[in-house]
Amino acid sequence: MRHLLSAADLSPEETLSILDLAEEMSEVRTREVKKLPVLRGRTVVNLFFEDSTRTRSSFEIAGKWLSADVLNVSAKGSSVSKGESLRDTVQTLSAMGVDALVIRHMASGAPAQAARWTHAAVVNAGDGTHEHPTQALLDAFTMRRHFRAVSGDPEADWSGRTVVIVGDVTHSRVARSNVLLLRTLGARVVLVAPPTLMPPAVDSWPCEATYDLDAALAEADIVMMLRVQKERMHGGYFPTAREYTVGYGLTRDRLATLRPDAAIFHPGPMNRGLEISADAADAAGSRVLDQVAAGVAVRMSVLYHLLGGSTPPLTTPTPSTSSTDAKGPTA
Amino acid sequence: MTVTPLSSGAPTRLLVTGVTLPDGTTGDVYVDGAVFGDPSTVPADVERLDGTGLVALPGLVDPHVHLREPGREDAETIRTGTAAAARGGFTAVQAMANTTPVTDTADIAREVAGIAADQGACVVIPCGAITKGLTGEQLAELGLIHRATGTRCFSDDGHCVADGQVMRRAFEYVRAFDGVLAQHAQDPRLAGPDACCHEGELSGKLGLGGWPTAAESTIVARDVELAALTGARYHVCHVSARESLDIIRAAKARGVRVTAEATPHHLLLTTDLLTGYDTTFKVNPPLRTTEHVEALRAAVADGTIDMIGTDHAPHAAQDKDHAFVDARPGMVGLEQSLAVVIDTLVRPGLLGWAGVADRMSAAPAALLGLTDQGRPVAPGEPANLCLVDPEARHRVDPADTASLSRNNPYAGRELPDPVRLTVCLGHVTYRR
Repeated sequence: MRHLLSAADLSPEETLSILDLAEEMSEVRTREVKKLPVLRGRTVVNLFFEDSTRTRSSFEIAGKWLSADVLNVSAKGSSVSKGESLRDTVQTLSAMGVDALVIRHMASGAPAQAARWTHAAVVNAGDGTHEHPTQALLDAFTMRRHFRAVSGDPEADWSGRTVVIVGDVTHSRVARSNVLLLRTLGARVVLVAPPTLMPPAVDSWPCEATYDLDAALAEADIVMMLRVQKERMHGGYFPTAREYTVGYGLTRDRLATLRPDAAIFHPGPMNRGLEISADAADAAGSRVLDQVAAGVAVRMSVLYHLLGGSTPPLTTPTPSTSSTDAKGPTA
Repeated sequence: MTVTPLSSGAPTRLLVTGVTLPDGTTGDVYVDGAVFGDPSTVPADVERLDGTGLVALPGLVDPHVHLREPGREDAETIRTGTAAAARGGFTAVQAMANTTPVTDTADIAREVAGIAADQGACVVIPCGAITKGLTGEQLAELGLIHRATGTRCFSDDGHCVADGQVMRRAFEYVRAFDGVLAQHAQDPRLAGPDACCHEGELSGKLGLGGWPTAAESTIVARDVELAALTGARYHVCHVSARESLDIIRAAKARGVRVTAEATPHHLLLTTDLLTGYDTTFKVNPPLRTTEHVEALRAAVADGTIDMIGTDHAPHAAQDKDHAFVDARPGMVGLEQSLAVVIDTLVRPGLLGWAGVADRMSAAPAALLGLTDQGRPVAPGEPANLCLVDPEARHRVDPADTASLSRNNPYAGRELPDPVRLTVCLGHVTYRR
């Protein structure tokens, strides 16, 4: 694995390797000294062209817990307005000897372009309305834990499960990466959106799509509510916030229709009262904070897979259910 | 391989023997200074060139190029852009108005024409803007530009004149000198600044702003009605959508004075090239799917599309090295235009050489009102010649160019390498 640009780049084996190692990595947060020496001497730059407290902090903690030197570079505003090209920005940082570039950009494709201009490993930390592969990985990680917890089966996985993704699919990088990764992992995905927020030619995607939220919810093992961006409300995609909530929100009434074991996901930040009611956000089935916690472990695993050497990541023996891939990266 | 500006020498004399003419006949072509002479009365000291296996096309005319001067001489100049034109077999090009400053006054039009006369390797017609500053609001100095440089064609290319009332007034106004409005058909609401990928499967998957074909065809439909209302001439730039072709076809059948152009890239390249977010392939209107490409080829063949226009759009690397949505749209085209026409139309049997001469020379010359371009290769006619080797092929190298820019979408592609000699009004402007 040279870069992580798209969830589609990951084979089933690579995906499971990342998730299994993340299980082991998640143990680090319980330690008093939250530090593994595995990326000592490696430099990770978080290059964020767009604000994101959550994702940037998560990558920063992940890098630091692996002992990498982590630098946050905020390059807000498009490179066009600054007068410097994306290529120059990327090559300037690369020339400083960076090992990994974690890139968040408001434009789709920017990390893929950057990967052509640098020797560093590039991680797509969210590009425009394209993809957010580490979000899909942490979602898959959280789902697997949920399936194992509710079934009591330590081998339970995504097969036979239905994931319903609801909201502004057209502009959602979370939805794209989840569709691709969950396809790889064997889950059934159903997209729900008003027609104005359903992507063109969605029938060519490896999933199902419907405008009928209530029908989809009845079959859901996981309900993933997408954030409604403010600019969509003024863009004529739907008449009013109220109408959106009635049609596509996870309201208190809809919460009651979910299967008892169904889990509620949201990539955050949540618009409580719009796409998700407070009752749903705080329900017993809500896994929103688990998603956030998983983010650090999954990103540690991703950075290790990209930058780790041949040494095992965990130098002290840990009780692990899946240590077979702990030796980490495939070259 | 040399390109020679028009002003740097005298018309030449040259006999091309045994060459195939567009009508399929074979004979000799005699360049006798500024006109073609009678090949049976050629003096003994005149250079002879064996034309066996070659085709003698009239000098090509491009109704749509961006020469970037004045304003962006780091991307292209009139000298380098016309040198690229000469290498592509062109003897006349129309330079679009989106320079800096915009060609919306007679002074700028005169400046472009003056530089071209001094440094150009082909004839350059400055296209006037339809509106001041290309803002789509107030009419530019249409009449003064026409008086200054003879310009008949006006375009806000790069921008659409979206306001129907402005477009109607412009149509009416240019009737005074039988002008023509060349529209960049793009409804700015249906395809806004973020629209950079043909709307469809790929735009959805790549997360790029969709550019629906309806943003083009609805403007074409409106403009056809305004042309019908005013009786003025209407030209559709770089048609990309099958739906627009149906409208143009119907308008012609009604007798509306409409012409249309297609670019080489829309005849060959498809939207799937955007998969890697390579900004070389960002162009406006965007590359579309195979069904549109095939419809365009058929439309050039049946005459719905009257002519080829390259939309040669050189850009400096720093304007392309941005995120896809931020990069400048456009690609170079002058040096590969005929090559693409050969591969997409001539070799598949959709268009003969007479058709090429019409679509790439006679029709654009008629659009621009040029009387000494687009004429047949025949004694007594202006000596504009594009000598073509239809069989030569090569792998396109973006660095092998007279242009200052390298945003060549055909890089690495195996294409015809047809142009052997270009003669413009008796001047050898390119030879290899």
